Amino acid sequence: MSTSKLASTMKNVSLPSVEKDIVIALRDVWKIYDTGEIRVEAMKSVSLKIARGEFVAIMGASGSGKSTMLNILGCLDHPTRGIYLLDDVDVSTFSASDQADIRNQKIGFIFQTFNLLSRTSVWENVEAPMLYSDIAKVERAERIQEALRIVGLSEKAKALPNQLSGGQQQRVAAARALVNRPAILLADEPTGNLDSSTSNEIMSFLQKLNHEKGITLIMVTHEDDVAAYASRRIQMRDGEVINDEIMTPNVVP
Amino acid sequence: MNYWMIIKISLKALRRNKIRSALTMLGIIIGVAAVIAMVSLGEGAQQQVQEELSAMGDNTVWVRAGSRRSWGIRSASGSKNTLKGSDFEAMLRECPAVKAVSPSAGSVAQVVFGNQNWNTRIGGYNEQYPQLRNWEIAQGHFYDVSQVKSASRVAVLGNTVWKELFSGSDPIGQTIRIKNLSFQVIGVLKAKGYNSWGRDQDDTIVVPFTTVQKKFLGGVLSVQSGIVQAVSARATYAAEKQIRSLLRQRHRLGPFQDDDFSVRNLSEIAEAAESTSRIMSYLLAGIAAISLLVGGIGIMNIMLVAVSERTREIGIRMAIGARPNHIRIQFLAESIALCTLGGIIGLLLGLGTSAGIAQFLGWPTIVSLDSIILSIVFSAGIGIFFGYYPAHKAAGLDPIEALRYE
Repeated sequence: MSTSKLASTMKNVSLPSVEKDIVIALRDVWKIYDTGEIRVEAMKSVSLKIARGEFVAIMGASGSGKSTMLNILGCLDHPTRGIYLLDDVDVSTFSASDQADIRNQKIGFIFQTFNLLSRTSVWENVEAPMLYSDIAKVERAERIQEALRIVGLSEKAKALPNQLSGGQQQRVAAARALVNRPAILLADEPTGNLDSSTSNEIMSFLQKLNHEKGITLIMVTHEDDVAAYASRRIQMRDGEVINDEIMTPNVVP
Repeated sequence: MNYWMIIKISLKALRRNKIRSALTMLGIIIGVAAVIAMVSLGEGAQQQVQEELSAMGDNTVWVRAGSRRSWGIRSASGSKNTLKGSDFEAMLRECPAVKAVSPSAGSVAQVVFGNQNWNTRIGGYNEQYPQLRNWEIAQGHFYDVSQVKSASRVAVLGNTVWKELFSGSDPIGQTIRIKNLSFQVIGVLKAKGYNSWGRDQDDTIVVPFTTVQKKFLGGVLSVQSGIVQAVSARATYAAEKQIRSLLRQRHRLGPFQDDDFSVRNLSEIAEAAESTSRIMSYLLAGIAAISLLVGGIGIMNIMLVAVSERTREIGIRMAIGARPNHIRIQFLAESIALCTLGGIIGLLLGLGTSAGIAQFLGWPTIVSLDSIILSIVFSAGIGIFFGYYPAHKAAGLDPIEALRYE
């Protein structure tokens, strides 16, 4: 048989044991804040799967639960109920220490406000995650150089954050997020503090990163133009996923 | 985790705000410097008491007129006048454990030579005094028993008095006036220096006690005190017993009457002085320790402020993978570094102060290795103890909240 015919035959056969490589699986995840006086259901019965290499945008108005989703996915918080599998490991009930380890090894963050360590050089900022994971000095240097090369800031290694533009700072943040070779990158409104042309630069860069390096990218945003760079859109409202669709990203690599 | 790197991060944070770090350390620096200086003074004083004790010979016994209770207070009023010079001669004759004796009669007087005058203590003793006090003659000679018997007006100068009145020239054979009476200088004592009570032992003139009794005390026969030397250190106890029974007999004291004198050996006196100086140095060390405590509270305060200021930074570090323990150690390292560095600076300052006191005030100071090690360990301990709560607070921050902190 020709390969295409084989391919179409395969499509109709269900092979439950061979799923696409799933890096994130949420199963009936709830996040409930209950102070006795107030009860807020920030996430209600959310189930989803994200495969390796996807570029997902999580959208919603404020209060929709998208920030809560990001915190759960980023292991900054626990689900109240339900299971979160990250790279096939159930991290739902991990201790604070173990969560820190997961964040170190498997997750890279990119924040709206960049969150670089102040009065610390670009080099030391990118190095920072590796200090918590026992990597030898020589290898640290190699990885930093590689990360800076990927983001195009090799010549700025000694600069301080306040000497850099917004776009440059965000790229340093990206380099820092990549340096421990994480399974997923989580970006929280990555262009929120950037002007439109820099925003486009950063989004193109993130898209390129996703396509060329195959890094799974999950981005929270409330802007459609930013979400347009992603290939999947998850819409949230009142703590629930109300829409989850594959999209054609606006820029084809 | 690379703990060396955490320490480097902590030191960098301290360097970032040098003035604040320096001010925070100040409490520790002063506390440690004070402890070192005070303890060294105390140890020096105790050491000197020991030295004087062994120089005096621990077979010395002091006899004083009046009951035991007046020992602590130097008061002439209310003391009995039953103790006589002849009592001491009797001790030498009749107490086998006694080797040498000297009654003591003293005064304070203005002394004049030419156009120099000097106010000093006049110590009246017998001819056995140099042997009793282990005090050698540097020039001339001491008076003899016949001069004591005849209450001669001869004087032996202490080194300081010689310097003040004669400016180093030969005093032997010269005439000085004590309370307007002329005395012939027959000798100068070797220099002894200050004793542990801060008194210049060389600021004195020694004359026969009989002369003091006759010429300065209006002819009394009684003496206020005297020194007795036992044949050996072991015999001191026996000597005390013998003296006590002899004096009770000579003073005709009935079996129910208290002693009208008191007998003490030197080690008891030295012990009393030592315990006084020990109490003093404990008190001073206690005050210094309180200042260290205050310094520690200052550390805790500043670290709490630092944690609060750096909440965002803590959140970022947690996000990139710092465990609560990593954060805790980072801040603990900062407070330990502050305190240990403060301790070392305080140590150097204390050593300098201690040396300065010895150099410029002439007081003895001894710095033991113990106190050095103790103060550094103690400062590090303060860093751990007072730094723990802030570090623990930092480690317990919620990363989500911390990242939102302005």
